[in-house]
Amino acid sequence: MNNEITGAEIVLKSLAEQGVEVVFGYPGGAVLPIYDTLFKQNSIKHVLVRQEGGAIHAAEGYARSTGKTGVVLVTSGPGATNVVTGLTDAMMDSVPIVCITGQVPQHLIGSDAFQECDTTGITRPCTKHNYLVKDVNKLSSVFHEAFTIAQNGRPGPVLIDIPKDVQFASGTYEEKNKIIIPSHRLFEPSPDFEKNKIEEAVELISMAKKPIFYIGGGCINSGPKASELVREFINIVGSPVTMTLMGLGVVGSSDKNSLGMLGMHGMYEANMAMHECDVMINIGARFDDRVTGRLDAFSPNSKKIHIDIDESNINKTINVDVPIIGDVKQVVEKMISVWREKKYKIDTESLKIWWNKINKWKEIDCLNYNNEGKQIKPQYAVQRLYELTKNTKTFITTEVGQHQMWAAQFYKFEEPNRWLTSGGLGTMGYGFPAAIGAQVGHPDALVVDIAGDASILMNIQEMSTAIQYRLPVKIFILNNEYMGMVRQWQELLHGGRYSESYTDSLPDFVKLAESYKAIGLRAKTTDELDDVITQMIETKNTVIADIWVTKEENCFPMIQSGSAHNEMMLSKDQKQDKKSAEKGKILV
Amino acid sequence: MNKSVYDSPDQVSETKRHILTVLVDNEPGVLARVIGMFSGRGYNIDSLNVAEVSNDENISRITIVTHGTSEVVSQIEKQLLRIVPVHSVTNLDQEGSSVEAEVALVYIYISDSNKKKVYQLCDLYRARKIENENNTTIFEIAGASERVNRFITEINEITKVEIVRSGPVAISSIQKNEEE
Repeated sequence: MNNEITGAEIVLKSLAEQGVEVVFGYPGGAVLPIYDTLFKQNSIKHVLVRQEGGAIHAAEGYARSTGKTGVVLVTSGPGATNVVTGLTDAMMDSVPIVCITGQVPQHLIGSDAFQECDTTGITRPCTKHNYLVKDVNKLSSVFHEAFTIAQNGRPGPVLIDIPKDVQFASGTYEEKNKIIIPSHRLFEPSPDFEKNKIEEAVELISMAKKPIFYIGGGCINSGPKASELVREFINIVGSPVTMTLMGLGVVGSSDKNSLGMLGMHGMYEANMAMHECDVMINIGARFDDRVTGRLDAFSPNSKKIHIDIDESNINKTINVDVPIIGDVKQVVEKMISVWREKKYKIDTESLKIWWNKINKWKEIDCLNYNNEGKQIKPQYAVQRLYELTKNTKTFITTEVGQHQMWAAQFYKFEEPNRWLTSGGLGTMGYGFPAAIGAQVGHPDALVVDIAGDASILMNIQEMSTAIQYRLPVKIFILNNEYMGMVRQWQELLHGGRYSESYTDSLPDFVKLAESYKAIGLRAKTTDELDDVITQMIETKNTVIADIWVTKEENCFPMIQSGSAHNEMMLSKDQKQDKKSAEKGKILV
Repeated sequence: MNKSVYDSPDQVSETKRHILTVLVDNEPGVLARVIGMFSGRGYNIDSLNVAEVSNDENISRITIVTHGTSEVVSQIEKQLLRIVPVHSVTNLDQEGSSVEAEVALVYIYISDSNKKKVYQLCDLYRARKIENENNTTIFEIAGASERVNRFITEINEITKVEIVRSGPVAISSIQKNEEE
């Protein structure tokens, strides 16, 4: 038939119709037909990474900074297995990704062929959904459904495995609007459905004396409008608000209602307020164990409202009083209109007492650290980075560990989608490729990966990618020659036995940068710090800034595993009681 | 409450047997998705049964017998619903009244001394002898799991047996309107 095209062409046509501008990938035997088709067109850009793991984190960074779906293209076998970490990361942090993997031709499936693996079997638990496409005529409908599923409801990664013979075969292309996806395969919550719950929730908030909003990444996934509405509602109520690691930026740091981040390394005032509140309004967060601390002591006297698009998050670890299933934007919009319709007014006298109490907690100044001496404190490095970049459109990514927590504590985010970090899975090596993805999505913005010396080495090969595509990503390494967070736990829980957490034989990061034809900078003392940061920002090239920080600094405040929100550790001298320390030791 | 890094503060309800019936798109991998959810999240499967439904070959019905507290089972239901090809999940215990049955095939080692007792017991339980080419004594018994259990206990007291069981299937017995 005349209107038949090859499977590989269907892939590209589907991507184009879905509005895909860029694909992050790495070629190999089982995807050669798709790469051949890619070569013959100009509408979709391909970013060649240096390891498939980098491709998927780059796609995550692209997706989270732009709100679009990230697309990955890799080959069969090792190509597919290398993206498993990233798929799991995207699953945990609800990032919309479509990952295309090549597969050996169908007649070889099951024969232990070269570069064969059971990709759909391996990725089943770490994707929202996956497909092995055996019929070229189903390829376009699978692609359109995959994009819809990746973005629909709680976003997540979807994988499409395409045998090589299907890429070569001829078939017909079906357009997006011709595809009907059965409703049970999607999640379409309607706020009308939850009308009574919403009214109940709003009434509960109006009667609160000590309310707190607890904001999560769901607000960011719901789009920028959701953040606006959340801010508006919090302003109307006049309530304090705290954000999870994933929710930073939903409410600006400088907002008068913001108490900053909560949880294990969150703000003292935020955790205390969570502990003592009488009404908790959880919007798009999931009571993660990093947030709740010990469950039996978690906010014992509060009524809890939980807005989540994923019903399985309701009553999963914390029982709530008013669950609302739905999209943040729709639900909060409805809440505001109910509040206005019913002319609710919060008890301002009680609210004032509540704020006074919170302000007392703030006086503890939990982020306080000793900043004496010539040596750079990691906290100070992040503070200076913030001060010198706050007037620029800046995206911050991080790896995982102490530097990540210091970034979350000391970098002040005023907008959503500017902060990209691996929260749920805690993937070291996420930040640099994610920064590459963010820079691809925002060529003119400043993108900084706040990294640790250990994490950065997990995907350092992507330097080559950054240089090839002229991506002026800045890597800001808080170099303490340790896996800092591991060392901190060993100090606090394992008698200071620093088993394998010292990173010996680190590269000279300046020379490393230079060997890639990037710029390498180093700051050894506080005097040099500002100059290095300024130079880093002004350089129109990829930069590694190697910041030598004090080696054994700990990240405080901290709720140790096994402790509750009101048992925060503010410094090293404050010991956890022995019983909960013993109990906490076995936890993660 | 469910599992978490931390001990659960709430009163845990009693562990009970639940029969879940799950309607799914009949597509490759769907059973693996369902089973994988159970093993991946540490839930129990006591028995599992899959078959196409009579009126639509594109849909299969998976019947799962599990046990857990009502909180755990409610979490299982919600996790099942997250799986894309899952249409619906019904907890037949929660619905109140349902009918369940399973089939067991029993190979009975028979001798002149126990023959009479075996046949009497099979008669009592309305177990049916299945004719076969080798002329061995194989009985089929169908019914609620409880009844099959009792039969197996009693026949075991008489002689040696080999048993295969299908695991239960169940259906809601609540009256429905025609349109539904």
